[in-house]
Amino acid sequence: MQRIGVFVCHCGTNIAATVDVKAVAEALGHEPGVVISREYQYMCSESGQNLVKDAIKEHNLSGVVICSCSPRMHENTFRKAAAAAGLNPYLVEIANIREQCSWIHKDIATATEKAVILGRAAIAKVHLNAPLTAGESPVVKRALVIGGGIAGIQTALDIAEAGFEVDIVEKEPTIGGKMAQIDKTFPTLDCAACILTPKMVECSQNEKIHIHSFSEVTDVKGFVGNFSVTIKKKARYVDETKCTGCGLCTEKCPMKNVPNEFNMGLDNRRAVYIPFAQAVPKVATIDPNYCMMLKTGKCGVCSKVCSVGAIDYKQQDKFIEEKYGAIVVATGFNPIKLDKYEEFAYSQSPDVVTSLELERLMNAAGPNGGTLLRPSDKTHPHTIVFVQCVGSRCDDSKGKPYCSKICCMYTAKHAMLIREKYPDTEVYVFYIDVRTPGKNFDEFYRRAVEQYNVHYVKGMVGKVTPKSDGKLDVQASDLLANEQLHIDADMVVLAAAIEPDKTARPLATMLTTQMDTNDFFTEAHPKLRPVESATAGIFLSGACQGPKDIPETVAQASAAAAKAIGLLCKNSITCNPCVAHSNELMCNGCSSCEKVCPYGAITYQDKEFRMPDRTTAIRRVASVNPAVCQGCGACTVACPSGAMDLNGFSNSQIMAEVDAICK
Amino acid sequence: MNKNLQEQVIRTSGVNVLKCMRCGKCSGTCPSYDEMEYHPHQFVYMVEKGDIEKLMNSKSLYKCLTCFACVERCPRNVEPAKVVEAVRLAAVRQQGNNHLIPDQIPDMLDDDLPQQAIVTAFRKYTK
Amino acid sequence: MNTFTYYPGCTLRTKAKDLDAYARSSAEALGIILEEPSDWQCCGGAYTTATNENATKLSAVRTLNAAKELGRPLVTVCSACHNVIKQTNYDISRDEQMAFKINNYLKLDEPYNGETTVYHYLEMLRDVVGFNNLAQKVVNPFKGKKIAAYYGCLLLRPSKALAMDDPENPTIMEDFIKAIGGTPVIYAQRNECCGGYITMEDKAQAAKRSGAVMNSAEDQGADMVITACPLCLYNLKKNSGSSLPVYYFTELLAEALGLKEANNE
Repeated sequence: MQRIGVFVCHCGTNIAATVDVKAVAEALGHEPGVVISREYQYMCSESGQNLVKDAIKEHNLSGVVICSCSPRMHENTFRKAAAAAGLNPYLVEIANIREQCSWIHKDIATATEKAVILGRAAIAKVHLNAPLTAGESPVVKRALVIGGGIAGIQTALDIAEAGFEVDIVEKEPTIGGKMAQIDKTFPTLDCAACILTPKMVECSQNEKIHIHSFSEVTDVKGFVGNFSVTIKKKARYVDETKCTGCGLCTEKCPMKNVPNEFNMGLDNRRAVYIPFAQAVPKVATIDPNYCMMLKTGKCGVCSKVCSVGAIDYKQQDKFIEEKYGAIVVATGFNPIKLDKYEEFAYSQSPDVVTSLELERLMNAAGPNGGTLLRPSDKTHPHTIVFVQCVGSRCDDSKGKPYCSKICCMYTAKHAMLIREKYPDTEVYVFYIDVRTPGKNFDEFYRRAVEQYNVHYVKGMVGKVTPKSDGKLDVQASDLLANEQLHIDADMVVLAAAIEPDKTARPLATMLTTQMDTNDFFTEAHPKLRPVESATAGIFLSGACQGPKDIPETVAQASAAAAKAIGLLCKNSITCNPCVAHSNELMCNGCSSCEKVCPYGAITYQDKEFRMPDRTTAIRRVASVNPAVCQGCGACTVACPSGAMDLNGFSNSQIMAEVDAICK
Repeated sequence: MNKNLQEQVIRTSGVNVLKCMRCGKCSGTCPSYDEMEYHPHQFVYMVEKGDIEKLMNSKSLYKCLTCFACVERCPRNVEPAKVVEAVRLAAVRQQGNNHLIPDQIPDMLDDDLPQQAIVTAFRKYTK
Repeated sequence: MNTFTYYPGCTLRTKAKDLDAYARSSAEALGIILEEPSDWQCCGGAYTTATNENATKLSAVRTLNAAKELGRPLVTVCSACHNVIKQTNYDISRDEQMAFKINNYLKLDEPYNGETTVYHYLEMLRDVVGFNNLAQKVVNPFKGKKIAAYYGCLLLRPSKALAMDDPENPTIMEDFIKAIGGTPVIYAQRNECCGGYITMEDKAQAAKRSGAVMNSAEDQGADMVITACPLCLYNLKKNSGSSLPVYYFTELLAEALGLKEANNE
């Protein structure tokens, strides 16, 4: 005979305001098998848990039902409490009477009735619960960081510092990411390269860190502590082990007109190139879209000039497979394309640029050697207009609904740098709001206004008309003056919204992690677990989780590293015992379960069975690898013969719950 | 503030004025800005406040070209031109409040003026 | 031969006869029959966006329904007619209340709910004839001519309903210009308003708007401007103060196809 205890939580007024908790406890106390039913203000508190523990001991309970918040919140708390009192933790069931009841109903009578029904279903289930024991699986002591921008670099350095091996997979020929393209950083105005490149060098010199540049993750299998990842090392047609990065090939290559991605296409590179002087690894890469040797078989100049014989036109993409205990995603962001915002004449005039393009135009390593010149005629601009929120904060089909967060500050930076270096240049910033929450941020913006006399105009640019005299007619509203302005500008700089890198979406599918509607990775809890994904062993670093500036990115990168290190420190991790198993006598070997399993946990084996007529027969039956199974239950639904069942969520338990609800 | 009038204008326009984030792009792009006493963003804001009568008595109503530049470029999908249209209708639907009367037409004609201009003006200015 | 229902609209019967005549002769040369419904009414010139305006939308629905009954797509040339008819069609297919009220009034044999496909003549050239095919039929190409396409506001906006081209970066008229052998001139004011009906009561404003358009086109080196709208043509010619020639796009089409002389006879 079952001896079940029921514990109803008030959750302060969260539940008690809409559910008559006393009535629920009273009603559930009369259910079959229930020997004690109590309510309490905060069941998750120390004293609330003691109430449960004491009842287990005193009444020798065989099952516990907690009517409270979502099991995602406190299932673990109560399982631990039960275990401490000597009860198998899997004999605890949670009835969610908060998220699924009190929070969504207004009428007390209705909510109370529903809470009783939910409690009754949990009691019906607990009657059929069996004690489960969690197994353990080993942890591979190596981490993978996907993305080699400042987020990935910081995460890798921290993990290596803790003594673990870590691999960085970077899709570009060099690590460094967006920060490598930035000239100065706000609000201190220190040189981005000066603070980034030492970290890049540290990565290449740290013997715990292995950089797979020009590589992509193509497949992920396995689970927390034991991921198996396929990495595609794209052919760069240069032997990384031989190339010394002397750069002679990049000077002699006759293909001179290849748009230079690193400079946002504002100047050209050769078909064989090293993205920038401080690239890590400092190895050349041949662009097969432009290389004459690869396209037509004629040329071979780079091979002739290379003194170490590193050029290899026959190189192929290579796939390697590695094992990792933890994976950190650091895939970063990109500015959006501006083709839907042609009212700003972005494609009509080379003098209308994005903020990232301006970074390159102002950078000493950029196309103009650090002198700010108009792209159209290489003259010094005297009037520059900045437009904020281009594609951010939108509720249309063209833009993004969120604030891109970094634009207000980098625009203040750009405006200030221009006024500092070129005091004869007038700078206008059209803003909707100036958003500067952050240490020394508002002071920075005020400095742009008060000290550098940047003209901040509350309003928005509505139309940019390029004119044949080279000027841009900028038509805009000045909301405070209540007038429409026409500014004769030499350049217009658009603060394009930022969006997650395009590789993030397919990666999320491979990792079985969640994304929001904007393709930012979703954290496990927006406040309390900001650097973990909901999938165990996958951590989030940097702008792949949401718009961030550099200090925030670095902070999150280190936090993600700490979480990964916490995992790698363990020799083994406790597995989820709620996994599927197959009743071999009922299994007919149809493979339905194998096809739906997202984790590849199901295999088939031929087994010998004794038949009713005392003969033996070999039959093909399913078998579940409990270490790989994540307990999603897809196989139990797909199985036509009812052979598949899920521990802790068996078919009979689910039916008992349904029966209890429909009673 | 006239609640009834406000509700009528909001219903007629089919616009949710609360979506406006006050960026002023509508007024930044409006080709009739200088001819208007109240500008597109003010139409949206004043309708939100219920300040309709001032708009109804303003010549601005007849300066909007219904070119939809504000509708197309509004980042919040607010559609200011539809608000202007709703206020204008509230004005010209009042007895004797037509902005254009047929007697005025002969003086406006020239040999090349397309019929299209006349029918459009009547549709916009009268009821 | 492709047959379409053709709605010329009132201005093409009076002040813009050229726009109409060249459209018809060119279509014929391109293997397209334009069939005018037995009777039609003026579209009203402007679409009323108000949610409680139904009477002003009836004539457009009648035209759309006539095309539906003939079982053919509807082709328009005048930008204003096109705008009114497409907006009406868009709204009636989405707004159940509007469809109910209009159908309740019209008492058609079968209610109209936006079934007709509406093409602007330019869309017909692009999507039915194909600009490549058109280019092959050109006998008098506009070689070396820098032609500025003027879209105005009516052809593109609101883009949700018009769905003709990218409202900020359109290419359909430029592609047309290339097909007839000319060189398109891109200028920022090509999708800004010419002043429209404001010419009736505020010549100064019409002059300002049409002047801005013509200056922008001239500034980018255009030899001529083309339009699909009689009122745009009027404003750009009469009010802008510019001497840059302005033509209907159908006139250039007819000339390119070698039909202009025949038309003028």
